[in-house]
Amino acid sequence: MSSSSIVAETFAKLRQKSRTAWQSLRDRPLILVGTATCGRAAGALEILKVIKEELEKHGIDARVLEVGCMGHCYAEPLVTVYKPGFPPISYGYVTGGIAARLVQDFLGGDDPCLEFALAALETNDMVPALTDFPRGMIEKPIILDKCGLIDPEKIEHYIALGGYAALARALTREPEWVVEEIKASGLRGRGGAGFPTGRKWETCRLAPGEKKYVICNADEGDPGAFMDRAILESNPHEVLEGLAIAAYAVGARQGYFYIRAEYPLAVERVKKAIEEARQAGLLGTNILGSGFSFNVDVFQGSGAFVCGEETALIASMEGEPGLPRHRPPFPATAGLWGKPTVINNVKTLAYVPHIIERGAQWFRETGTAGSPGTAVFALAGKVINTGLAEVPMGTTLRQLVYDVGSGIPKGKSFKAVQIGGPSGGCLPEAALDMPIDFDSLSQAGAMMGSGGMVILDEDDCMVEIARFFLDFTQKESCGKCTMCRLGTRQMLDILEAITKGQGRPGDIELLLELAEDVKAGSLCGLGKTAPNPVLSTIRYFRDEYEAHIKERRCPALMCRELIAYYILPEKCERSCDACVGSCPVEAIYPNEDRIKVIDQQKCVKCASCLEACPPQYKAVIKLSPPELVAERGRKVNIP
Amino acid sequence: MHLTEEEKRVALEQTGNILENYSRERGNLIPILQQVQEKLGYVPLVAMEEVARHLGIPAVDVYSVATFYNQFRLIPPGKHQIKVCMGTACHMKGGNIILDCWKRRLGIDVNQVTPDREFSLERVACVGCCTMAPVTVIDEEVYGKVTPTRVDGLLFSFGVKIPKGQQKEGEAVEQQ
Repeated sequence: MSSSSIVAETFAKLRQKSRTAWQSLRDRPLILVGTATCGRAAGALEILKVIKEELEKHGIDARVLEVGCMGHCYAEPLVTVYKPGFPPISYGYVTGGIAARLVQDFLGGDDPCLEFALAALETNDMVPALTDFPRGMIEKPIILDKCGLIDPEKIEHYIALGGYAALARALTREPEWVVEEIKASGLRGRGGAGFPTGRKWETCRLAPGEKKYVICNADEGDPGAFMDRAILESNPHEVLEGLAIAAYAVGARQGYFYIRAEYPLAVERVKKAIEEARQAGLLGTNILGSGFSFNVDVFQGSGAFVCGEETALIASMEGEPGLPRHRPPFPATAGLWGKPTVINNVKTLAYVPHIIERGAQWFRETGTAGSPGTAVFALAGKVINTGLAEVPMGTTLRQLVYDVGSGIPKGKSFKAVQIGGPSGGCLPEAALDMPIDFDSLSQAGAMMGSGGMVILDEDDCMVEIARFFLDFTQKESCGKCTMCRLGTRQMLDILEAITKGQGRPGDIELLLELAEDVKAGSLCGLGKTAPNPVLSTIRYFRDEYEAHIKERRCPALMCRELIAYYILPEKCERSCDACVGSCPVEAIYPNEDRIKVIDQQKCVKCASCLEACPPQYKAVIKLSPPELVAERGRKVNIP
Repeated sequence: MHLTEEEKRVALEQTGNILENYSRERGNLIPILQQVQEKLGYVPLVAMEEVARHLGIPAVDVYSVATFYNQFRLIPPGKHQIKVCMGTACHMKGGNIILDCWKRRLGIDVNQVTPDREFSLERVACVGCCTMAPVTVIDEEVYGKVTPTRVDGLLFSFGVKIPKGQQKEGEAVEQQ
């Protein structure tokens, strides 16, 4: 028997076994609880406990599964119920009470509690399905398609839904075929820069040497990005399969997951996945009888943003401080321990099984000509539906913010969207109709980055956001290149002065000049892109910088040194003391008329009073510049 | 921070146990330091010297790695570790205000420990829970949508009494 027919046969048996296990789950009602980190933060483990207790109490025979994240993070904790005779229904914002009712009334009775339903997972006559919402029409999940529907710690779920078929398929073909297929698909690295994955693999495959490595880069350091975490926590096998295919294609026998230490659950689930795959014969020696052997280990990053850069990542795996080095030679020819090494982002590898399974042509049908496929965005900040969304490349920002994200909360107006984290930029309203892909974003002065997207509204100060990102890159600069180490420091000093109202005329020009120098004088992506947030905010929001410098005023009322909290005496309710109780520093006191007054000397500007003031009064406001408080002319009596 | 002889002895003993499982390759340096930190909660100087001896590299190399990466703590942590997320989403939703609240209530700055070693305070870049911003992680538990009053509430649940009205900025909080 040829080795390819052995592979096919071994895998067919494995798949049959998995399918049987998967189908047997449906012989009784099934409850899925999303327990990825986002779900846990919202109290999913508590919900899980309630459901188990209630099932016990009412003697209901149902299965409970812990699953990953469906991307609807805004509605966490999320529970999905499969009951025979009903479509699968997802419930959002689940509390202990709702969980108990789902068990009693839906599983115990026949009331599907539609008042709590978010959407059905399949089209049906009873409940609107996810695909019926505007969001569902835009989204096109490829790599997120199984997230939140399977137990990430059960390999048979993944296999039953088509997993590892691509690895089995690849193993029956020549490695060159795999490389060609990925090249033909036009897949570009999802880590940020968008380098063609196939070309990287080919370089590594052709590089001389017996020993080669493949590394999955899960050092997702961009603040505001969490899709790699969500994928690793929800469907680690998909990435593992991609890594194994990459190893086969380039001829590596050892692979690593480089996961940042801040993601303990992802580390745990990946380790579990590796172990399960090994036991199923999908990793280790002679995989599926093909003669190909491949092992994977997990390396935990140690909290350095710069280690997302390939050469710095390698340095840290070699036990050195994570300093990037000059390229070429590229890691694909001289990487870990000087051996040819392919380093791909989590999402890049997650696409690989889908492309091998369904073909390069199929992949090219989605997205734009220059950037085929989909993009995964993490929506956060001032948007109603925060969470993950996978949309075809070329979708406009407006669709993402308003259709997928449902727009800006509290009736505020949209101001900007920050894409690509510290390397990206802020795009204004005028850019909303731009179709997004790798190239259009860099032309607009932002960057795809890893796909973190923070939406900003009228209350967000653009100078402050630029300062925030520069503060981040300045702290994370490894210090190797002078311009990155000292140039960002200078820029940060200027920005800090501006946000404190100490900006000087000419500061903007100085910032622009320094930005160009830092870009030119830095070796790696961190320094080369560090000025982007500053450059893009100056480009689109120069008037805000000028208001800070010339008028000592923060138009968005955000910079703490430039604002003051003030209680409008005409609106303050005499019998209400909400703000007094909320103030952590006792800066608020009632005056002789029982109107509340803020002692500006004591005030730490924490906004507690603004939150505490009942909405029917809305007596607390922010003023900028702070001198306006004195101008309001009310005599402040210190008792 | 001054370590007692007992602490140094424990540190050496534990480091020795960990080193038994690792070969003398430089690539093991970071995993070893991570193990040491997991066992002891921090990486003391004596442990670094021990690791350097084991790997046959200068102690300054170990020190340079331990200080380069944000993960490693060089002083013992508090009994409860408070990590305030300073990611973009948390920042935009007032993460710095929450950090200030913790500083004020605990009377310590970032990367410091309360004198009774009950609490330590750190800032983290992003814990990936951006949808729950602003986020504080206490020990391993993630608390989302934190407000200044919730900071007080959380401290209260750890048995800390907040003496309202008597406390000045920067003054340590009394423990019960």
